[in-house]
Amino acid sequence: MVLLTRKIEFAASHLYNNPDFSPEENRRVFGKCNNPHGHGHNYTLEVTVAGEPDPVTGMVLDLKDLKEILEREVMQRMDHRFVNYEVPELAGQIPTCENIARVIWNLLDPQIKQGKLHRVRLYETPDLFADCYRNGSQGAKS
Amino acid sequence: MTPGTQKSAVKTELGRRYHFAASHRLHNPALTEEENWRLYGKCNNPYGHGHNYTLEVLVSGKVDPATGMIANLADLDGFVEREVLEPFDHKSLNEDVAAFRSVVPTTENLCIEIFRRLKPFPKAKLERIRVQETSNNSFEYAGENPEAFEG
Repeated sequence: MVLLTRKIEFAASHLYNNPDFSPEENRRVFGKCNNPHGHGHNYTLEVTVAGEPDPVTGMVLDLKDLKEILEREVMQRMDHRFVNYEVPELAGQIPTCENIARVIWNLLDPQIKQGKLHRVRLYETPDLFADCYRNGSQGAKS
Repeated sequence: MTPGTQKSAVKTELGRRYHFAASHRLHNPALTEEENWRLYGKCNNPYGHGHNYTLEVLVSGKVDPATGMIANLADLDGFVEREVLEPFDHKSLNEDVAAFRSVVPTTENLCIEIFRRLKPFPKAKLERIRVQETSNNSFEYAGENPEAFEG
């Protein structure tokens, strides 16, 4: 099995606020991420697909196809957006790195037809990221 | 876990990077001066030398629907600060960290010591750590659970 990773970057804004919490509780739990006007990040997304290289093309999956999937499913949805208001898949969720990564996993997984989605890693900053894997998979077993 | 149930599809981990600077000297007192020099080379310089270390910590757990978080970063940051950064940053690992009085502070052993210190984090499960000693060297440790390397 070979792992193939493609990276894209997008910029988006968000804020953390749970309507079930009081203003004080939101402030305490989420700190400055609770600023009502939001704030932004340059996100870096690394998408890893696992599979055997096709004997004819030598490819696990055509990077051009992966690029198009990422453009359609992630860039068009999230780049230069305020994700709380403009990404319906995040409705009712706090748009943390964990939740955005999981939304991206769920968007990409059905689109990857050659190979299998192995990992989604989303960096919110160079020092903070979330990883998603298929639950129960042990990496090499797919 | 069967497909279709709420929690089945995706396992999520939170990764956080921290930075500290420390000095060390690789020297095993059980070996002769010549053997130490042959084994550790310039890392055996008696006055020690330093690195800017990067520590990557990966934890897993349920994403709390109320907060969207596996663990609140303030809790994780505070724990790592207390257990690792405060005792290691701008210190001599050999002189200032008790564990390295009897163990050579290679980055392999540093990984094991940091994992031991972070394992009791109460808010999420510690999966593994990675310590980058220089931009060319990094080391990973998942305790006695190598499956944690597979995600």
